[in-house]
Order: sequence, then structure tokens, then C-alpha cells
Amino acid sequence: MKQTGSEKTFSPGKILIGLVLLFIVLVWTVPTFGIFVTSFRDSRDIYASGWWSVLPHKDLVKTGEFEIPAETDPNEPITIEGKTATFEEWRQGINISEKKSLRWYGNKRSRKIEIYEEKWIGFGANMTLQNYRDVLSAGTIEFTDAQGNTITRQGNNFSDAVLNSIAVSIPATIIPILIAAFAAYAFAWMEFPGRKPLFIMVVALLVVPLQIALIPILRDFTRWGITGTFVCMWLAHTGFGLPLAIYLLYNYISTLPRDVFESAYLDGATPFTTFVWLVLPLSVPALASFAIFQFLWVWNDYLVALVFLGDKNRVVTSALAAMVGEKGQDWHLLTSGAFLSMILPLVVFFSLQRFFVKGLMAGSVKG
Amino acid sequence: MIQDTKTKFQPLFLLLEVIFTAAILAGGFILLQQMQDSKILMTIFAVLWGLGSVALLFFVMNSIAESMPRKIRTIAVAMVFAGPAVFLLIWALVLPTFRTLRLSFMGTNGREFVFFDNYKFAFTDPIMLESFRNNLLWMIFGTFFCVSLGIIIAVLADKSKREKIIKSLIFMPMAISFVGAGVIWKFIYAYKGEGINIKEIGLLNAIVTGLGGDAQAWLLMPFWNNFFLIAIMVWLQTGYSMVIISSAIKSIPEEINEAARVDGANVFSIFVKITIPTIMPTIITVTTTILIFSLKLFDIVRVMTGGNFGTNVIANEFYLRQFTYGHSGQASAIAVVLLVVIIPVLAYNLKEFRERKVLK
Repeated sequence: MKQTGSEKTFSPGKILIGLVLLFIVLVWTVPTFGIFVTSFRDSRDIYASGWWSVLPHKDLVKTGEFEIPAETDPNEPITIEGKTATFEEWRQGINISEKKSLRWYGNKRSRKIEIYEEKWIGFGANMTLQNYRDVLSAGTIEFTDAQGNTITRQGNNFSDAVLNSIAVSIPATIIPILIAAFAAYAFAWMEFPGRKPLFIMVVALLVVPLQIALIPILRDFTRWGITGTFVCMWLAHTGFGLPLAIYLLYNYISTLPRDVFESAYLDGATPFTTFVWLVLPLSVPALASFAIFQFLWVWNDYLVALVFLGDKNRVVTSALAAMVGEKGQDWHLLTSGAFLSMILPLVVFFSLQRFFVKGLMAGSVKG
Repeated sequence: MIQDTKTKFQPLFLLLEVIFTAAILAGGFILLQQMQDSKILMTIFAVLWGLGSVALLFFVMNSIAESMPRKIRTIAVAMVFAGPAVFLLIWALVLPTFRTLRLSFMGTNGREFVFFDNYKFAFTDPIMLESFRNNLLWMIFGTFFCVSLGIIIAVLADKSKREKIIKSLIFMPMAISFVGAGVIWKFIYAYKGEGINIKEIGLLNAIVTGLGGDAQAWLLMPFWNNFFLIAIMVWLQTGYSMVIISSAIKSIPEEINEAARVDGANVFSIFVKITIPTIMPTIITVTTTILIFSLKLFDIVRVMTGGNFGTNVIANEFYLRQFTYGHSGQASAIAVVLLVVIIPVLAYNLKEFRERKVLK
């Protein structure tokens, strides 16, 4: 009977749980939402107010300005519109009435007073795609800061970075899958010397930290003269992704029914044709799980790209990180760059979440 | 006999195949270097060539293996299947481990033998001690909050009608890179400085000033800035622990909870006495994964502070030693320390693996 009680929609416990969950979900989504909104705001607005000011709210808005007579001595208390205050206080702003305040603009010599009035602002933001145009471009870009100064910067060529990321990620996802699937099939269904110790090696390598391998591999790449190329990224990511790939695919392929292979062999199929025409199609769920896992990991990787690509052929993560270093305060560029770097993984993630979760569960031993 | 006629290739044909493959491999690589001006074309070519040559390599190696005499054919084919993976693993992970171990006893560029100097550095240098302390903070607090929030959200969402959407939204940061998350949170922590009529554009400072407090430069605040960085990892990784723990909770048969309820247990005691003990193995797996993860953490610190202001961590110092100071000996020693810390987990994995008899 307790069951029916707890199913009532208005029990206080349920409401409390709902509120806690709402709070948590807000904490988890608002940061990303803030970046998203900011990336579409005019560069000048971004410096002047927080991104939440695009929401309807009450704010002080500058409605006009006037100059005070030249004979006023700013070192003495000044009287404007019936209020008397010192220069410092005027600079901070003085409320004339409930909805109106006056501010001294600039230094003592400017003698300019700005009028601010409290008003409701609806969806009052200037939305623009200029930030995206700027961050994608390779040439020089110009924008205005909060003071209205024009700033010129070198663009970050994010369009190239996105293409580089694609050129790195797609082969670095599919190559290890292909190699691992062959190996997993061999470990599961073939007899060869060293099968067991080699598979134990795979399991041991699952948690080995990348850092242990970076320096020697970098030395190899430098000796071969391929640092900064896509090929070296494919090799590195394939090597680092293989232990998990083999482990996951082995777990799947070894559970396929034996009869499938036996009837194929009886029909005269070779192991190669059996693998290509039977095992691969049957393993699609496992292949997809690992593919998403590996794609997200390669796309989002920064360390491997930083070490092996350096500044040549920058991928999105290294381009974005370089931007944080060079232009830490250019939020219109940083936010649009960050969002560009997230679009593809987010699309992949939301459309294929089911497979991703499966891969995660099977691979939670990875280090 | 069918097999023989089907699989035997003419030697000449095989030779042609090998030459063709070699040409594709070398030609593609040279062509790729020439295509720097047209990025889109190069990207498409890189993808096609990369995948095509791997598939071709397997095909050719298999043809060679199948043309071998019957006795060694099965082993040759197995070697073609498992060989590339084993070879790559040895090149990419096994050998480098030993090479790094050797380098860790060598000087700046790996030539002269310096005994334990690099390890002395790794365990006594003030910057390393600071990094160890910070990594400990990451491992304790980062892991604790990831796992406990994961459990709380999994349990609460289980009782909500909108479970699916709630879980997806909390899981979403898993798709975001650490660098991207760095930008997201740098914006939250943004600080505009002292001045008149300055409006904070960072969310945290806006909330603090809105509540009557003073705006702070959060990332410069000694010691506490570590926690502002850890918050980013918690934001990124809680989704992972939540998803895994949630599926473990759902696999508890409803009859057990029902029986406890009939016996008069309330929601809380069911949680403590049934749910938690049942999902304990899952909690341990998730905890170890996140522990290893926070030990190797690099990107967040690198992007947010560069390891300055007392936020350095081991993996960042590894990077700095190798690429800023050019001291591969010290960097290698740090990498070896990382590996040694992980060895218990590695041993546990192997033990589990043997016990479950995964390999038939």
C-alpha cells in the first residue's frame, strides 16, 4: 500500500527530490549554456555585462549625458540636480530618484555626467555571428572592446583546426578498430604460440599511463622525421587505443557461437573471408561502442596532440589552448572557439549515447 | 582441396600486390605532404589513404600467409591477424616503458648515467612535493565528490519521471574536452579587477557580489584554487560514475527491495543496507578508474593556470621537465613514478582476469 502513497505527485519528499535534481541539473548545464550564449554576443557587450543580461531583467541603462558648467571646481563638493556630493561620490554614481542615477564620466577634466535610468530590458542583446567568422578566419581580425577601442588580432584559423581534428580523429578511430578486431578474433578463435601471455600483456597495458611512452615515441618520430604529421598521430593513438580496443572486442567476439565459424569453414571459407563477411558484421554493436569511445577520446585529447603535433597542424584542442594562452581575455573568440570544438563530439554523443554507455561499462578498467 | 585452389596465389601476382601496396603507402605519404595548401582535399585524402592502406596491408599479408605450405599456414594466418596489434603494442607501450626506465637514470639528453639523481629530484624538489600534495588533493577530493555525487544523482534520478533527460544532461560534459571545459570554467571564474562601477562578467563573481561579497580572483587564491580546479573535474566526470552506478542500481532485483519494505525498512535503511553493499564492486571499479584518472590529470591544470599559483600536478611537471626545461631524465623519472603508483591496480586487474578465466 506504501507503493500508492509514494506515487502521489504532490508528496513533499517528491518535491524535495525534484528541487534537488533541478538544482544539480542547473549546475551541470548553466556553464555550457553561458558559453553558448556568450559566443553569439557582440564583443563589446561581452566585456560590459554578464551573459545572463540577455535574459529579461531590470538594469541601469544609459539614457543620456550632459556637461556641467566649466566653472565648477571638481575638488569641491558639486551640486547637480539638487544633490551635493564630492567628485569621488559622483564617479561612483548618485541616485537622484528611485529610478534615475547620475555618474561622472572619466577624469576630473571631462565634466561629463551620464544619466542612468532603471529599465526593464527584454531580449535586448545584439546577437551576431561575427565571433564565429573571426575565430574561423586565418587573417587579421578587428573587434571593439568595452571602451570602444578597436583591437586588431591575428585570427586563430579555427577552420583549419577543425579539419585537422577530423583528419586526425577519423583514421585514429577506425585504424585501431580494424587492427584490434583482427587481433581479437585471433585471440578468441585461433591457436598460435604465445596466445595466452600476449593477451595477459594486453590486459596489463590497459592501465599503463601514457606519460611512460611519450618521450621514447617522440624520439622515434623525430628520428623518422614525421613529427607534426597526421601519420604520427594515427600511429600514436592507435598504439594507445589498442589495449582497450582488443579487450572490448575480444569480450564480444569470443561470445559469438562456434557453429557460425564451423559452418563457414565447411563451406570452404578462409579465416580472412570469415572474418570480413561474418565476424565484422556480427560485431557491429561492439565496434560502434569502441568507435564512439575512441573518437571522443581522440577528438578531445590534448596531451598527445601537444607532444606530437606541436604547432604544426594544430587540432581544435591545441588551437583552443593556444588561444587561452594568447588571448585570455578575448571572451568572444574563446567562447566561440570552445563551442566549435564541442559541436561534433556533442552531436556524436547525443545521437549514439546508448553505444557510448555500453563501451564505458565494458571498459571501466581503462586508465 | 577446395581451399587449396581458392587460396593459392601465383607468386608473380603476389609480388605485384606487394609492390602495389608499397607504392600506395609511400606515394600517399609523399602526396599528403604536398597537399598542405588545400586543407579540405588533404583531409579527405588523409582519411581515405589512412584507412585504405591499413585494409590493403591486412589483405596482402593474408594473401602471403595463405600461399604458404599447409603445415605452417594456420600459424602464419594467426600471426597476420594478431601480429600488427602485438607489434604496435610492443612498439607503443611495452618497449617505451623500458626505454623510459633507462632514460630515468640518465642526464638531460639521455647520454650520461646519473644514478638516482632524477629520482632524488622527483622526491625532494619543492615543486615536486607541491605537485604530490596537489595530486593527493585531486585524488581524495576529486574522486570523493565524483563518486558520491554520482551515487546521489543515480539514486535520486531513479525516483524521477524525467530520469533519462536528467541523466543525459549530467552525462553531457563527458563529450567535452578538458580544454573546452577549461574555457567554460575560466569564464565562470572570470575576474575583472578592482575599479569603479565594474560589472563582473564571471558567473561566480556575479553571484558573490550579488550576495554582497567582494569579487575574487579565484584562480590566484593560494591553496583554495586547487579546489576550484577540482570542481571542473567533478563537473566532467560525475556523469561517468553516475551512469555506471545507475545501471548497477537498476540491476538489483526489485523483489529484494520489496521484501525489505514489507519487513518495515524505510527508504534510507534500504539504501544503506541493501543498495550500497550490492553495488560495492561497481563503486570500487569507478573509484579506481577516477583515482587513476586524477593521478594522470594534465589538461585542466595546463589550460587554467599552467601549474602556477601553487596548482602544479605531477603530469604537468612531467610535461614542463621534458618540453620547457628539456630534461628528459627528470621527465622520465616522473613518468616512472606515475607507473609505479598504478602498479597495484594493474596487479589487481591481472588477478581478476585470471580468476574470471576470460581466456579459454
